[in-house]
Amino acid sequence: MKFQKEYRYIGKAFPRKDAVGIVTGKAQYIDDLELPRMLHGKVLRSPYPHARIKQIDTASAEKSRGVKAVLTHKNVPRWMTGTPRHVRVLDEKVRFVGDAVALVAAETEAQARDALALIEVTYEALPAVYDVEDALKADAPQLYDDFPGNLLPLDVAVFGPNTLSAIELGDVEKGFADSDFISEGTFSYENIPNPLPIESPGVIAEWSEPNHLTVWSATQCVYWHRHMMLPRMGFPDIRTIGTHCGGSFGSKNYSTQPMLYAAALARATGRPVKVCFSKAEHFGAFVLRLGSRFRGRVGLKKDGSVQAVSGEWLVNTGAFSDQTQAQIAVGLGEAQLMLRCSNWDLQAKLVCTNRCPSGMVRGFGGQELESALLPVFEDAMARGDIDPVEFFKKNFVKPGEGYYWREGNWWISKGKDYSEAIESGAQAFGWAEKWKGWHKPTAVNENKRIGVGVSVHGNADVGESFSEAYIRLNPDATATIHACVAESGTGQRSNLCKMVAETLQIHPDKVSITPPDSLMNPFDFGLVGSRGTYAVASAVISAADDAKEKLFEMAAPILKTTPDDLDSKDGFVFVKRDPDKGMPWRKALGLMQTCTGFGRFEPDYSKPNFLILFAEVEVDTETGKLDLLRVVTATDVGQIIDPPSLEGQLHGAIGAAGIDTAIFEESLIDKNSGHMLNMNMMDYKWRSFPELPRFENRILETSIQTHRYKAIGVGEISTSPGPSAVLMAASNALGTRLKGYPLTPDKILEAIGKISGGRS
Amino acid sequence: MIDREAHESETIRLTINDVVQEFEIGGRAYQVSPYETLAETLRETLGLKGTKTGCNQGACGSCTVLMDGIPVLACMLLTIECDGKAITTIEGLQNQATGQLDEVQQAFVDHSAFQCGFCTPGLIMASKALLSINPSPTEAEIKEALSGHYCRCISHYHVVEALLSLAGKSGK
Repeated sequence: MKFQKEYRYIGKAFPRKDAVGIVTGKAQYIDDLELPRMLHGKVLRSPYPHARIKQIDTASAEKSRGVKAVLTHKNVPRWMTGTPRHVRVLDEKVRFVGDAVALVAAETEAQARDALALIEVTYEALPAVYDVEDALKADAPQLYDDFPGNLLPLDVAVFGPNTLSAIELGDVEKGFADSDFISEGTFSYENIPNPLPIESPGVIAEWSEPNHLTVWSATQCVYWHRHMMLPRMGFPDIRTIGTHCGGSFGSKNYSTQPMLYAAALARATGRPVKVCFSKAEHFGAFVLRLGSRFRGRVGLKKDGSVQAVSGEWLVNTGAFSDQTQAQIAVGLGEAQLMLRCSNWDLQAKLVCTNRCPSGMVRGFGGQELESALLPVFEDAMARGDIDPVEFFKKNFVKPGEGYYWREGNWWISKGKDYSEAIESGAQAFGWAEKWKGWHKPTAVNENKRIGVGVSVHGNADVGESFSEAYIRLNPDATATIHACVAESGTGQRSNLCKMVAETLQIHPDKVSITPPDSLMNPFDFGLVGSRGTYAVASAVISAADDAKEKLFEMAAPILKTTPDDLDSKDGFVFVKRDPDKGMPWRKALGLMQTCTGFGRFEPDYSKPNFLILFAEVEVDTETGKLDLLRVVTATDVGQIIDPPSLEGQLHGAIGAAGIDTAIFEESLIDKNSGHMLNMNMMDYKWRSFPELPRFENRILETSIQTHRYKAIGVGEISTSPGPSAVLMAASNALGTRLKGYPLTPDKILEAIGKISGGRS
Repeated sequence: MIDREAHESETIRLTINDVVQEFEIGGRAYQVSPYETLAETLRETLGLKGTKTGCNQGACGSCTVLMDGIPVLACMLLTIECDGKAITTIEGLQNQATGQLDEVQQAFVDHSAFQCGFCTPGLIMASKALLSINPSPTEAEIKEALSGHYCRCISHYHVVEALLSLAGKSGK
């Protein structure tokens, strides 16, 4: 469906600028980069989930071949991270199996690894706690002296003084009184899956002057290693440079721990140091999804409108919080987008426990809250015989309706009514034929039962934070974008070139973008929250306009007209009413000179994006195996910029701890030892090519008031509706409410009474 | 004292992207140690960084290269095991004289069959091997041949399209 004008370049598929680099193996990722005199850093990790380091002897390690530095909590820089600041680079206490104990830098990776084995540590083991509610008990082991009860503070102003930590609105008692159907319960989304980009995190750090640090890293937000880390490291001057990023999905927005380890070792040795995590470290000591448990009550009217939501959202962040308060704020905002309701009393609690930290992952709190909250609506919807598609159509926020966003302000949606996208998706999926009612299978064929489910997600962070860009026009009729934008797989660097090409009316081949380097580019917050298409693009489009204006100012006197009368196409400035009268850019600029425009984007949280996801599953009641047969997504993006990259983002629903967290993805922690049991790519399950479901995207393009090209990003949220949609589909297939993720065969067989005593 | 081992150290020969490379086995600088993997030799000794080490556990397929035309995991092979073998890496596909991409590389470009691109060299090498023994694979055969390859971005659908576009096009 298309209501927009045809563009020369926008909306058409062009090969990505880095395509040849990628297919020839020349694209440079962090571990491909080597600097002269570079050392390799390795981390000694705790075998205990909770312990005090009584003694640590590094003498033999220091003498080991090739070793240049050994750091422990005694001699490591006193930089502090975490929110609030509670995480040391190395501490005398360890709080999860895999927590860092010591750092070694050596000439080779093997030498550094060998030296780790020579460090002698005496631990005093302490009792550990893993469950979010156990951690809140009076006699629970305490992780931090500063946080009694293992509760991390929520009033930390990550988004200003009114940062959302609860939704309090209207009168929930009245809301329940007005409800026709109320359901109540507790539901958990606590598989703590790993987003698991194929490339493990890595950073190279080098101190060139006493207080000047350069970091190279695989990240999706290059500037974060500067602006987020400056206050944590005592304000050195940090230059941050992005390499190609081998997947991130939020987890490599930045890489706090690897960066601090590399920076500490680089400072100690006076040489550049590379710290690239092994896959085991990536599994056990980097970033998992938040543990999320909702306990509460929801009320609906017969017409499906939500009347009240009250309860508690228990967030388990593991051993520390890097930005979990920000994820709670965004999660609470996103819940209001999908569940428009006048009466809320939803309180978050942020709890630390003795396992690998949770942190930023695609879905950023919203997926975690949704996956625990929506299942509680099932009872009420089932009793009211409410079709979930109608439920989402009624309750997803519409233009003119309001919500509190993460910083605590009340926003009125100036976005879209997504009803048409919902209908289009339902039609593509065949919802009307497949939906047989709550807890009723679509089809039964002996022991194979088919069911369908649906869920939605939306995010107003598409207009998040600030972006700045310069555009330089060159006399050879090319343009250079100066913007600090990473390539982590979204293709956004190429898409920005395309939007500038359209604005300047030159071929995309004539537009390039500078490497993501904070020294040569102005500030950009980074590719998070699907903000590339609206926020970053707005800055580059205005910069292109600004540059064009300057070009016209230079050309006007020569053409004896005013700048307003000029236009430009294919590097030729001409008089609008007399297009033959004009000159190439080089005549206006001068043979060697250039002109530069500046553009800036300021935050706008009034335009939520949207995705609905339909899932069809088949459950085998003999084996308990759940097969994902088919996925249909539908959205409205205003204007497609690049069809294949958008499709790729939507296909991403299957990857990065998305839909499969309902089926088999989980990080398993042994509650006796605190060890993770599946920290390798054989035991951590992932979907392979032959198991791909049929996948279809319905993408509408009805213009949205963002920037000139009326487009909105949607990539981030494709993982988010999947888990609750699959849970619903499986419950419908089996005719019984399933109680938890992931739906591994043991859980399914237990739910249908075939076995007892499955994992709780 | 003369180190007898250093003098009589064993040499292995591998043909890598049509160039014969000789390595001395040993524990000194510039020698290949007996426990060095092919992935390490390719990446660190020869600077062929196009071969990506994803998991280094033999489970993700990223480091796939061809050994005598057969796809193998470079992180699971010791270099000393590859004596006498011909290895092709992603760097060996493009025509070095003309710069022309191999047809599989070109199909990946044309179908945007990648997102972050880290798993792409491995996928291309496995695809190359598939097409060399089966120039017209079905969708199911393509998926089976690539079943050991992990791609977290989910470029799978575009990869399958890219390979289907090649099916039957050449007998190479």
